[in-house]
Amino acid sequence: MLRRLLYDSKVRDLFWQIVICAGLIGLTVFFVRNASQNMVNAGIASGFDFLWRTSGIDVPFVLTGYQPSGSIWSLFWAGVANTMFVSLIAMVLSTLLGFVIGLARLSSHWLLGAVAGAYVEFVRNIPLLFFVLFWYFGVIAALPAPKDSISLFSALFLNNRGLTVPSANDGTVFGLALAAIVLAGLLQWLVMRRAAARKAATGQDTPVLAIGLVLCGVVPLLALMLATRATGWDMPQAGRFNLRGGFVIIPEFVALLAALVTYTAGFVAEIVRGGISAVPKGQREAAASLGLKPGQILRFVVIPQAMRVMIPPMTSQYLNVLKNSSFGAAIAYPDLVSLFMGSALNNTGQAIEIIAMTLAVYLFFGLIVSALMNWYNARIALVTR
Amino acid sequence: MNVGRATGSNALALWRQRLFSTPVQSAITLLLMAFTVWALAPLVRWALINATWVGETRNDCAPGGACWVFVKARFGQFMYGFYPPMERWRPNLLGIVALLGLAPLFILQGRARLRLGIAVLLVLPPLGIWLLGGGFGLAAIETRQWGGLMLTLFIAVYAGLIAIPLGILLAIGRQSRLPLIRTIAVIFIEFWRGVPIIAVIFLASLLLPLIMPANVSVDRLTRAVVGLGLVIAAYMAEAVRGGLQALPKGQAEAAAALGLGYWQTTGLIILPQALRISLPAMTNEFIALIKNTTLVLVVSILDLLGIAQSSFADPAWVGMNMEAYLFSGTIYWLICFALSRWSRSLEAGGPKGH
Repeated sequence: MLRRLLYDSKVRDLFWQIVICAGLIGLTVFFVRNASQNMVNAGIASGFDFLWRTSGIDVPFVLTGYQPSGSIWSLFWAGVANTMFVSLIAMVLSTLLGFVIGLARLSSHWLLGAVAGAYVEFVRNIPLLFFVLFWYFGVIAALPAPKDSISLFSALFLNNRGLTVPSANDGTVFGLALAAIVLAGLLQWLVMRRAAARKAATGQDTPVLAIGLVLCGVVPLLALMLATRATGWDMPQAGRFNLRGGFVIIPEFVALLAALVTYTAGFVAEIVRGGISAVPKGQREAAASLGLKPGQILRFVVIPQAMRVMIPPMTSQYLNVLKNSSFGAAIAYPDLVSLFMGSALNNTGQAIEIIAMTLAVYLFFGLIVSALMNWYNARIALVTR
Repeated sequence: MNVGRATGSNALALWRQRLFSTPVQSAITLLLMAFTVWALAPLVRWALINATWVGETRNDCAPGGACWVFVKARFGQFMYGFYPPMERWRPNLLGIVALLGLAPLFILQGRARLRLGIAVLLVLPPLGIWLLGGGFGLAAIETRQWGGLMLTLFIAVYAGLIAIPLGILLAIGRQSRLPLIRTIAVIFIEFWRGVPIIAVIFLASLLLPLIMPANVSVDRLTRAVVGLGLVIAAYMAEAVRGGLQALPKGQAEAAAALGLGYWQTTGLIILPQALRISLPAMTNEFIALIKNTTLVLVVSILDLLGIAQSSFADPAWVGMNMEAYLFSGTIYWLICFALSRWSRSLEAGGPKGH
């Protein structure tokens, strides 16, 4: 009887799961007891009350309207905003650059392919931190001083203190433009749905791209221009020693963005190349024999099939960009890790709460990006019967 | 186009075909060549033609060119950090022993190779810690004196020694039929994969001392190695999972039919085949690990990149940023490029045997 019980696979499964569970609980209890003992010894408080204390931390690059007199909670959000800002721009730019390099690698032109290949091999085998430091201490530090700024159309000024761009006198107009872009995007989405339905019903094309350009480009631009007509632009002007006016994009941001884009583009290029080479040659030949033009072949036959292969690795690249934006901590770009896990932690000493909050932000955004990409992936997946 | 036999006029024809077959192609070629010359010529002029190779101090260097004297003067630091010069034979000896131990693994076959592999795995890691750290007859050298390329390799290898076994265990756990173990493995893997490595290094350096008993102190370098090891273990687990999933189910069923138990099936049938399939992916994770060792900079441990960075503060060698970056960057590139080539050749070779 006992012997039978001993060799029953269900009993054994249960036994091992209980053993492992007990071991994990024991380990956790051990760690938690040590931590609470050590915290009592070191006189560290616990709980989330510190969030409402005045932060007093000066942040050189703020998007949320944070003030040093604000609370640590508002510092947290300033960090989240800076992290999201650099990540989103880096995602868009590295996708564009990566597509260009990936397509160049596949080009029939030998030298173009070789140059693109050399870029990919160069970038992928060097640490990202190296690029961050190189752009910051190597390139931007070597730019001229503010009085000798490199200027572009007398509107953009690049120097070793960062990039100065024109800004509106009243910052709310940017909110207005953003709202216009969101609205235009929604309208465009409706137009595309209508166009697809029309195509399915009648076979007629709608100039979706042209409508989209007007909606998403011209409308917000007009809104911005009308709004700034009222308030006026704050143009940077070259003074004797320094620039006056405009909005200064700090060099840490420029360096981090440049590093993220140049590095990630190498990986995106490989994904693009892999995706497009994964489409069987016969597909192209069949499309050509049906009389499709090269542009149409790419748009209707190759890219939709390549996208299926590309989406899972692209998801992880986007998540990498989000996580890698924390490399800014090495050059003091005020992102979430450097503001919250660095400055706020130094001021309050509440390591456990602060680390938990910081990691939760990354895990949360990671889940959102994965969910969005899964939804998109399911939409374009091969429909099989 | 036969590249192998292209000689003389044939080769010329081949290159004309590649570069100047149509007017558009020729235009692209010329544009690219102009761009390459424009981008590379100043670099070559600076790094090679106008560079200074011999001398002792900064004053020996000509302006407008690279000052490789700087790298020569600080070569010891780039390699060993602030490891005492009198004791540098220890890392050197370790390197030689490691090479002698590992080289036969590429030559031997079958059981002898397995035995040697296990012996190397059991002997080398403790030997390395003893040789570098001292004690038991050798002068003790604190880890804050370690640095440079030596430290980069140390962190990569020891974090790998945590990551590879743990990653394999996690991958097996994720495929387990016991729901609790599967859940634990999934949560562990997804948690560490979801957070930035820089945050994990901060976390390890802040939390490890906190969760240990008050009388146990955890070395700063150990914290960084453990933190890196945990994250890379999660990535390794996903690499191994690929191999496990690629194996046909019949393998496990056949083993079970022969009467092998779970651990026998896993250890003797599944893992040897799965690891062979996932070796390229695991090598790629190891390359990522080498690149991520640079992050220990944020807790002021001076690896190769950290040493390059810290050399900017030396008043005797002001303005050597580019030389330091070029030198350290080349070393990283060579190591990672060699490994990625090896990984690619493994992939091309494909799984052997079964």
